[in-house]
Amino acid sequence: MSAPGGRVSLSDIAWTFNQIALASFGGGLSAWSRKIVVERKQWMGEEQFLLAMTMCRIMPGANQINLAVFVGAALRGAPGGAAAVLGLCLVPVALMLGLGFVYFTFKEVPAVSGALHGASAAAVAMTLAMVVKSGRKCLTGVVPVALFAAAFILNGVLRWPLLLTLAILAPLALIWAWPREDAQAS
Amino acid sequence: MSTYLALMGLFGTLSLLSIGGGNTVLPEMHLRAVADHHWLTDAQFADIFSISQAAPGPSILIVSLVGYAAGLQVAGVAGGLLGGLLATVAMVLPAALLMYLVTLSWQRAQRSKVRRAVEKGFAPLTVGLILATSLVMSRAADHDWRAYLLTAAATVIFVRTDTNPLLVVAAAAVLGYLGFV
Repeated sequence: MSAPGGRVSLSDIAWTFNQIALASFGGGLSAWSRKIVVERKQWMGEEQFLLAMTMCRIMPGANQINLAVFVGAALRGAPGGAAAVLGLCLVPVALMLGLGFVYFTFKEVPAVSGALHGASAAAVAMTLAMVVKSGRKCLTGVVPVALFAAAFILNGVLRWPLLLTLAILAPLALIWAWPREDAQAS
Repeated sequence: MSTYLALMGLFGTLSLLSIGGGNTVLPEMHLRAVADHHWLTDAQFADIFSISQAAPGPSILIVSLVGYAAGLQVAGVAGGLLGGLLATVAMVLPAALLMYLVTLSWQRAQRSKVRRAVEKGFAPLTVGLILATSLVMSRAADHDWRAYLLTAAATVIFVRTDTNPLLVVAAAAVLGYLGFV
């Protein structure tokens, strides 16, 4: 595990995921997760985090909750996973139920659609910034750039399902990345 | 009582079926909650979808609102709160337990070649998928050229500077509130 030094406390895990959740007003939860888990807390390296993101998308369940389980469990086992999920969900669920109360009681939510529209543009920007920052580290040759472009075009432009996209590209990626004997020695 | 059991049964099942993320089971959730159980109307479902997308936290928490609507019919606000909590736990727990088991076995494979190949090889794929997500998010939010411009400016700020992203999101929200985007 790449977590440096001593044990991370459960309350730190819960608090961190609570911050990630609350910061994601208007979207961009993955970008916030990466910023805080990889950059600020350094609980995980870039490659491991990126892989976790893809694993979390393949597995059943909400991607962000899966990611919380992965990060929490990698740091502190089952209690860590539980702390991360509770941290991520507790306040948002309370908030959601509050909004539900307002909505179903008064049949309207304060007119915030314009503000949300603006916030969503910034949330997309956070996600794009994540592409740039992560891309700088792993798009270092012709093959990775081709894999990156193919994944974007198949899944984003042509809207092929994730599983089909991965069924085609994952074997190619694995062949490219398989550790060579000479690399092992170093 | 039967409403609560139906909620937990439905979301416990959807939890394990939601391969690829919560959005993949939304059509099924809509069908069951609106057409089968009449917990809420079509228009209400559309409204709570927008609420859950915009509110902080995982967007799958739309199930809290479906549970609230179902419980509301049974026992008023208290019933709604109970329904919301039960639906959320039913949706989160099964998939989270499964993910935990996968994480455990993955951690055990610490030094294997497979693991090293997967971590290195999947990184560029994932970055491509994230770029795809940005495009899909942008289209779903129905952005026009002004929103694209705002996105471009904010991206430059995020990449070049260490500005607190919350400030940028808040500024963008103000611009949106004032009608500039």
